Amino acid sequence: MSRISAVASPGGQAAAVPSDSPVPAKLRLEPSKGWVSLGLKELWQYRELLYFLTWRDIKVRYKQSVLGAAWAVIQPFFTMVVFSLFFGKLAKVPSDGIPYPIFAYAALVPWQLFSTGLARSSNSMVGSANLITKVYFPRLVVPIAAVLAGCVDFVLAFIVLLGMMVYFGIYPTANVIWLPALLVLAFVTSLGVGFWLSAMNVQFRDIRHTVPFITQFWLFATPIAYASSLLSEPWRTLYAINPMVGVVEGFRWALLGTETEPGAMILVSSAVAVVLLVGGAFYFRRMEKTFADVV
Amino acid sequence: MSEIAVRVQDLGKKYYIGAEQLRRKTFRDQIVDAFVAPFRRAGKLLRGQATGAAELDEIIWALKGVSFDIRRGEVVGVIGRNGAGKSTLLKVLSRITEPTEGFAEIRGRVGSLLEVGTGFHPELTGRENIYLNGAILGMRRTEIDERFDEIVEFAETRKFLDTPVKFYSSGMRVRLAFAVAAHLEPEILIIDEVLSVGDAGFQRKSLGKMDDVAHQGRTVIFVSHNMAAVTRLCQRAILVENGRVVMDGPSEKVVSHYLRSDMGTTAAREWPDDATAPGNNVVRMRAVRVRDDQGNVTDSVDIRRPVNVEVEYDVLDSGNVLVPAISVENEEGVTVFITKDHDPEWRRQPRPAGRFLSSVEIPGNFLAEGTLVVGAWIMTEVPMQVHCQEAHAAAFQVVDSLAGDTARGDLGVTMPGAVRPLLPWRNERLSPARAAGGSR
Repeated sequence: MSRISAVASPGGQAAAVPSDSPVPAKLRLEPSKGWVSLGLKELWQYRELLYFLTWRDIKVRYKQSVLGAAWAVIQPFFTMVVFSLFFGKLAKVPSDGIPYPIFAYAALVPWQLFSTGLARSSNSMVGSANLITKVYFPRLVVPIAAVLAGCVDFVLAFIVLLGMMVYFGIYPTANVIWLPALLVLAFVTSLGVGFWLSAMNVQFRDIRHTVPFITQFWLFATPIAYASSLLSEPWRTLYAINPMVGVVEGFRWALLGTETEPGAMILVSSAVAVVLLVGGAFYFRRMEKTFADVV
Repeated sequence: MSEIAVRVQDLGKKYYIGAEQLRRKTFRDQIVDAFVAPFRRAGKLLRGQATGAAELDEIIWALKGVSFDIRRGEVVGVIGRNGAGKSTLLKVLSRITEPTEGFAEIRGRVGSLLEVGTGFHPELTGRENIYLNGAILGMRRTEIDERFDEIVEFAETRKFLDTPVKFYSSGMRVRLAFAVAAHLEPEILIIDEVLSVGDAGFQRKSLGKMDDVAHQGRTVIFVSHNMAAVTRLCQRAILVENGRVVMDGPSEKVVSHYLRSDMGTTAAREWPDDATAPGNNVVRMRAVRVRDDQGNVTDSVDIRRPVNVEVEYDVLDSGNVLVPAISVENEEGVTVFITKDHDPEWRRQPRPAGRFLSSVEIPGNFLAEGTLVVGAWIMTEVPMQVHCQEAHAAAFQVVDSLAGDTARGDLGVTMPGAVRPLLPWRNERLSPARAAGGSR
């Protein structure tokens, strides 16, 4: 028997104590004031729940849909087709010397990870109301699982991207080793915004109506249909305070070998994303105590 | 042995409730409010001071000054009327919501079961839901693996393990959910009224499982309306009323106090005091009683005999068409039926002020055995207005005599069904015996 019981003391520091130890751990439940710690240790102890919730989301996502997981590819692919037609062919938007379809699609793939993660996580707390009002677990698990579940879609869409690269005869440079880091950046951004929105959504259902709008707005505020090289420095680097700018330009640079040198942009984007994530997590934790009463 | 497992000290929980009742002074105030309030609200909410967009101003203490200690291995029942604060107490103890004041100290791993089947997903199969639900309840995957067969055995759903739960009957779903929960093995178990699920056979099984749990030396906190279960399972009971502990002691004593007081549901409920009688300025309910066919107030009736339920009330404002109604609810919380006054003498007739007694006879050989809770209402139908309502006004027991002349006949096992009418059956012999194994 090596069961571990999850216990947090009032300060929020969590301690792992085997449940069969002679003196059981003590847990004190009392009103908390203001900002509380993130409870990361406890979050780690609940990783199995995180796994199961993610797994549930993935399993359920395309159940009883005819096209199933194909949807993960259809969405970015057809957006790419539309963009290629209107921006590439008709408006002749410059695409850093790369065929427009793959230029757009390489951006749409990480964008999709971000936008589905955002949409799902912002609704996740309200959608899990029945869990939140009946069982205790670290609430942060819910939006994290919602974003994680989107990774499967990403993988599928990414495979199509690889296929397109072969078709267009584009091969990645050595910079491709940065891809995982860029993926983490997209994930962190999505989760950071998701923390904020999911916590707010519990109290203001207005959020639900603003998310589609935010996503649409953000899509055009990110160089997906166009290239950030339209801007001159230092504006281009400043533009990267939208963290998705760093992600998208980074993806093109790492995979398609665009000569945009997005290093500074990625740094700026990463800094903003981390601030979003940490701030969002603290805000979420602060609001957390009211969730069960309000949701 | 007398080590403290749960210590609760001056625990309080405050809720904010609707602001609609607040009277606005002038039209101008209203206009100003309409513009300013959303911003003030948003500010308050962002600072985490209030709990909901429309719910800010009025507060209610669901728990106040609650203190008690529970020793390791004790099985404690928490009883009280609906809305007394029992569920809030459990929610605080299981960390779902934070107390507003005071504290609770818990030593040991807590498992709480406030609902059966939390997190069940209809699209997932039985097998998948066992793992998901187990994880949600705080079980590790290895623990679930170990107990998987036991769980399936207990739920009696092996055949459907790989069928999505949405195709399960509600009974199967409940059995599966309870089976997972029953195999949770925390040191402290917190349970809210989950035994009142499933058919009678399964209920007996789950009660048995609870018995085992109680005798394994685990600490159990158990909320229930089933007084028989509380006295049977718990040595100690805590009576909660209006968010406060009003009695704490041996369960038989507390339960009988609860049943005798007007807090419990008994065969006769009376409101001698004008101020506390439910109702408004049109009508006030004064009593709800259950009588047998001899006219005696009784809390136990023979399934074959009719039962009379009467509602006594004062009409304060004459000229209203009033319709008394009663509902009968069974132990599972299912409303067996609702019946309204159809007395032709008063139908659509405004009633003058005065005291009235309306009664209805429920025929014998109609209700199923078990505890039935009577609710009473007095309303006006057009326009619809409920003047007073008491959902748990009285209760009585229907007992099957087992004499063989009831709908049960000589059946010795539990019979499911919300009602148990004695219906006329006819038999005809259509043809003489056919050879055994004959072709079809």
